[in-house]
Amino acid sequence: MKLGICVLEGPYQHEASDTAYNFAVAALEKGHEIFRIFFYHDGVNNATRLMVPPQDDRHIQQRWSELAEKHDLDLVVCVAAAQRRGILDEDEMKRHGKDANNIAPGFRISGLGQLIEAEIECDRVVFFGD
Amino acid sequence: MSEVKNFLYVNRKAPHGTIYALESLEVVLIGAAFEQDVALAFLDDGVFQLVKGWDTSELGVKNFQPAYTALGDYDISKVYVERESLEERGLTEDDLIEMTYEDEDDDWAEKSSIRIVSREEMAQIMRDSDVILSF
Repeated sequence: MKLGICVLEGPYQHEASDTAYNFAVAALEKGHEIFRIFFYHDGVNNATRLMVPPQDDRHIQQRWSELAEKHDLDLVVCVAAAQRRGILDEDEMKRHGKDANNIAPGFRISGLGQLIEAEIECDRVVFFGD
Repeated sequence: MSEVKNFLYVNRKAPHGTIYALESLEVVLIGAAFEQDVALAFLDDGVFQLVKGWDTSELGVKNFQPAYTALGDYDISKVYVERESLEERGLTEDDLIEMTYEDEDDDWAEKSSIRIVSREEMAQIMRDSDVILSF
């Protein structure tokens, strides 16, 4: 099955991004295709490379980045939601005159159209959130 | 992307207190450009999004309620509101804002987009949708 995943909650605060990650791993193991993983609402905070969780805890951003690299996944962060919450890539940093960016490897910032496109292209898009 | 799917945006949360309602609306507005068959559903506390007379001045947040009334301009003509959710909150259809669209099959007559449906009907609407975006 061609799947999309939408992550609506931030890391650590809420289990939704853990569940989404576990779902993605399980789906890939079963041989399903993941067309795209879209991060929206506070879900965009999964994409900051500046998170530093305790060493004995899971590293949610790194885990996404590694999964993306291993399976060539498309991790997309909504630009409007990201701007509100201070998630920037180099282009956005320059555009808004900021002095830093924080997007993690494997993530890219794009528009909500990427979510709609996933809905059109996929057999199912599974939402993780409240 | 020539395929047209039935999109249902499900709004279940109050308009204020969290950003879910506002960011859901942003998806609807962007999604309108993709020429899909779009419907909106309001249930649970989501029905408060359509209660008229918002005053956000003391909340210090933007009043984005006018965007709902503009949805007709985005070819969105199906807005389902769950009757039980209204009743559970002491609300009736009279408490809701007006949402209208122009019916191209009826000489562009202005009609109400809001359809009050039962919980059972809402379940059927969800079953009949290809895509459900739940916020």
